[in-house]
Amino acid sequence: MADPMRIRAQAAGDKVTVRVLMSHEMETGQRKDSAGKVIPAWFIQELTATHNGKTVLTAQWGPSISKNPFLQFVVKGAKAGDKVAINWVDNKGDKRTDEATVS
Amino acid sequence: MHTRREMLARSAKVAGLLAAAGFLPMSALAAWPQAAFDAKTMAEAVKALGGGAPAESKEVTITGPDIAENGAVVPVGAATGLPGVKRLLLLVEKNPNVLAAVFDLTDSVEANINTRVKMGQSSNVFAVAMMNDGKVLYAGKEIKVTLGGCGG
Repeated sequence: MADPMRIRAQAAGDKVTVRVLMSHEMETGQRKDSAGKVIPAWFIQELTATHNGKTVLTAQWGPSISKNPFLQFVVKGAKAGDKVAINWVDNKGDKRTDEATVS
Repeated sequence: MHTRREMLARSAKVAGLLAAAGFLPMSALAAWPQAAFDAKTMAEAVKALGGGAPAESKEVTITGPDIAENGAVVPVGAATGLPGVKRLLLLVEKNPNVLAAVFDLTDSVEANINTRVKMGQSSNVFAVAMMNDGKVLYAGKEIKVTLGGCGG
């Protein structure tokens, strides 16, 4: 199981800015280790963001997203106290879900 | 009598058809668009996602630094003020595979996404907006990288 995500969701008016910092290696599959062998790709492929249980954003990522990925997006029609949850699945089938409350 | 070249071409075609029909195990996830992420140009990537020819537009903005010191972590953002955006894509032209990310938007989120990408070398970075009406608009920006992010 991967480390928890850090999610910050801040309300401004009826919009909520969500910032997510995930903990993931995001190995490209292009690099070689010291023995010259290719390090297999290992990266987050799919990401889903939900607001009070409703899916608001889905994303498909390639290996060229940075290590420990950062994502920022804005949810419309949300307010303080709402729940924002992020779920990701990587190419090895590993997954993680974390939830935060809008402040 | 078939030549070897014909056979290869044919088997590639068949493999393509199988892949399109979902018979080959493309990845752990069915929804992940392998073909788009394998694409080497923006047009190919957009086509693999079912879009038409991309057109440059001032309505789409890409944000990022002019010079990135560390290619492993380059903050970029894609945004547009236009309504009816179905998808936002981020592409790095000179990466081994150009497509970095696809964001499927809903009405509940603004078409304004920020993330961080890796860049192997100085390159143009594109934000592409695929609209509900089938239009594909993009904006590009050159980002210079002093230290690549894809090397070993």
